[in-house]
Amino acid sequence: MLGRVANTIYWMNRYLERAENYARFMDVNFNLFLELPTNKAQQWKPLVAITGDWPLYEELHEDVEKDEVIYFMAFEAQNPNSIYNCIVNARENARAIRPDITKEVWEQINSLYYLVKADCAKKRHDDKDLRQFFNNIKNGCQLLYGMYDATISRNDGWNFGKLGQLVERADKTSRVLDVKYHLLLGSVKQVGSSLDLIQWAALLKSVSAYDMYRKKYGKLKSANIAEFLILDTEFPRSILNCLLRAEQCIIRLSGSSFGYSNSAQKKLGALKSQLEYTDINDIIEKGLHEYLDNIQLKLNDISTAIYDSFFSVEQHIN
Amino acid sequence: MPKLNLSAYDTKGFYDEMFDENNNVRPNYKLFLDRLQKMSVKKLNALQHSTDRAQLSLGMTFNVYNDNQGVERILHLDIIPRIIKNKEWQNLEKGLQQRIKALNLFIQDIYNDQKVLKDKIIPKEMIFSSVSYLKELEGFKPPKDVWCHITGSDLIRGGDGQYYVLEDNLRCPSGVSYMLENREILKRTFPELFEKLDVKPVYNYTHILRDTLESLTDKDQPTVVVLTPGTYNSAYFEHSYLAQQMGAELVEGRDLIVKDDIVYMITTNGLHRVDVIYRRVDDDFIDPEVFNKNSLLGTPGLFRAYLKGNVVLVNAPGTGVVDDKAVYAYIPRIIKYYLGEDMILPNVKTYICDEEPDCKYVIENIHNLVVKQTDASGGYGMLIGPKSTKKEQEEFIAKIKANPRNYIAQPMINLSRVPTLTDDTIEGRHVDLRPYALFGDDIKIIPGALTRVALEKGSIVVNSSQGGGSKDTWVLNS
Repeated sequence: MLGRVANTIYWMNRYLERAENYARFMDVNFNLFLELPTNKAQQWKPLVAITGDWPLYEELHEDVEKDEVIYFMAFEAQNPNSIYNCIVNARENARAIRPDITKEVWEQINSLYYLVKADCAKKRHDDKDLRQFFNNIKNGCQLLYGMYDATISRNDGWNFGKLGQLVERADKTSRVLDVKYHLLLGSVKQVGSSLDLIQWAALLKSVSAYDMYRKKYGKLKSANIAEFLILDTEFPRSILNCLLRAEQCIIRLSGSSFGYSNSAQKKLGALKSQLEYTDINDIIEKGLHEYLDNIQLKLNDISTAIYDSFFSVEQHIN
Repeated sequence: MPKLNLSAYDTKGFYDEMFDENNNVRPNYKLFLDRLQKMSVKKLNALQHSTDRAQLSLGMTFNVYNDNQGVERILHLDIIPRIIKNKEWQNLEKGLQQRIKALNLFIQDIYNDQKVLKDKIIPKEMIFSSVSYLKELEGFKPPKDVWCHITGSDLIRGGDGQYYVLEDNLRCPSGVSYMLENREILKRTFPELFEKLDVKPVYNYTHILRDTLESLTDKDQPTVVVLTPGTYNSAYFEHSYLAQQMGAELVEGRDLIVKDDIVYMITTNGLHRVDVIYRRVDDDFIDPEVFNKNSLLGTPGLFRAYLKGNVVLVNAPGTGVVDDKAVYAYIPRIIKYYLGEDMILPNVKTYICDEEPDCKYVIENIHNLVVKQTDASGGYGMLIGPKSTKKEQEEFIAKIKANPRNYIAQPMINLSRVPTLTDDTIEGRHVDLRPYALFGDDIKIIPGALTRVALEKGSIVVNSSQGGGSKDTWVLNS
């Protein structure tokens, strides 16, 4: 397939995954906010920190208020990663590769686009309760994933799309865990309290992991939660699970499962192996934050390597 | 709920496609009118609303060139179809086949033997001064000697009920995706009418198109691509639609590379040879090495590969010379010259400003004429005499005097009208007709068309860029 098209499919999927994650982060935080007694504002700042867009937020806003954070993450036109911009970009990408997706997928992306457009025009952000909006985005994206899987052939395009989705998902899971974990461990006074439980549960819910975690571990314990979100091989949003599946995509795209045949396969395989041969005690001993930070850097490297290996035209010019 | 009241429907002064001059329904519209009269205006508007939504959902949107807002619009699809009876259609079909056959011979001739010029059927300055004439093609013959593979001529019906060809579009005629999607949408709007009326289907257009493109190379499984200027182009929806329907790759100029005069596309698995390019990029922009040096839409070396016969371009470059509105005036003579036949589908009477006494006549009668710039399209560069101010007329006279080669004029034709839905009733609106022809092994006219409609009351400008909409066009089997 065309390098430009592959790149566009890859990013279309990343944007969609990002939008869905943001909607979930905010939805969970909104619910949490209703149950917390004091210092409510304090829990909105970490949300911006998770996205990595704190410097931009500071430029555009003076205070860290719930409404402003939600506006920034959901609708802010100047924030390239706001849900609004993610959906607009995903749809623009879909338009550019329309012949490579199905009518079902196109119409669903398009309807998400009209949803955010309309909500933005209606100044939905002035509403007191945006959970309906978050839900529409989450459901809209998940419906789309279903259609994508049910109607699109497992060709190169599908593999590039999946690759984009999984790299994005691994990155977001690592960021949520990174920020929230430290915040929660820091508040020692409340360890074991009901407030503490609510917060840990919220972290799991942010990545749709609460039900599956409870099924596997029962009690909410910090080390178990970290283990589940980083190293679990079965949970579809854990970092390792994302990497395992992303590797399968790269293998299919590269046509070789032995060793590596390009830098993307090499880097992805190395990161996956690193996670496969570690356990949570190693990670906590070394420092969870450093570990997750390193994963995020490597994910960025992998994304660059995917570009160089598959999408770049440079290698063909001469 | 009040049913539609047509007692005030006005047919005066124009040929109305649904009613005759005595306000009796024409036979081809009888069943449709029966259905219409059973509905309320409210119901009709609800149906209209759902077609608008269907268009948005399908992504049938475009950006207008003059609009900096980046706002996407749909080409309004009016739900009341234009219905053409079979006998009329057969005549149109014959007329178009004759015209396209002659024009193709003409293009081959002017780039090769130039007999038509030597025999002084058309002045050679007329051809050589056309901005669309490509000297680079002299001595070149495209595969199977076909130049204009895809044609979308604009026809109109005058007050006398006669169809006329208003202009030929032999470069990159657009709108066929609307013909196809309009039909899909209207099948949902009036399913029972399709059952009863025996409407000729149009769905096989993209199949014939693919066959036409493949027929131009001897390769067994040729790689066919659609070349688009990109997502910002106003016809992008159509480019992506046709690629998707044909199962062809949709490429931009930057996706292609020419090495040793062979065209490749840049894929994730390396370079892949391209055999046929249905290009929706104008001649001027396809190759910065030969034409517009600043073009970012094209691919350097593409034209060289074409001349060597290593890739097929559809339509062939250089066909635009026929779209020149001054050349248009000579088409009756061109048909006679190559085929020895009289023209079946007449031209509109055309005054050539570059010739006397035509020029004098145009200047004296400008208030009654439609003046057109010979190398413009899309409704731009045009003066509608009867609707213009004195000042506008004087401006045009100055332009004509400064560059007479650049202008022609035609009498104002009273375009026929088709009933069109308004907020509270239906009223006649002016239309034209753009059927599509495909020229591979033979010339096929698809039994349908894009009917463009001037939505504003009294307007005769049907171009989508200037407030025009569209209608589905039903050709009946009987």
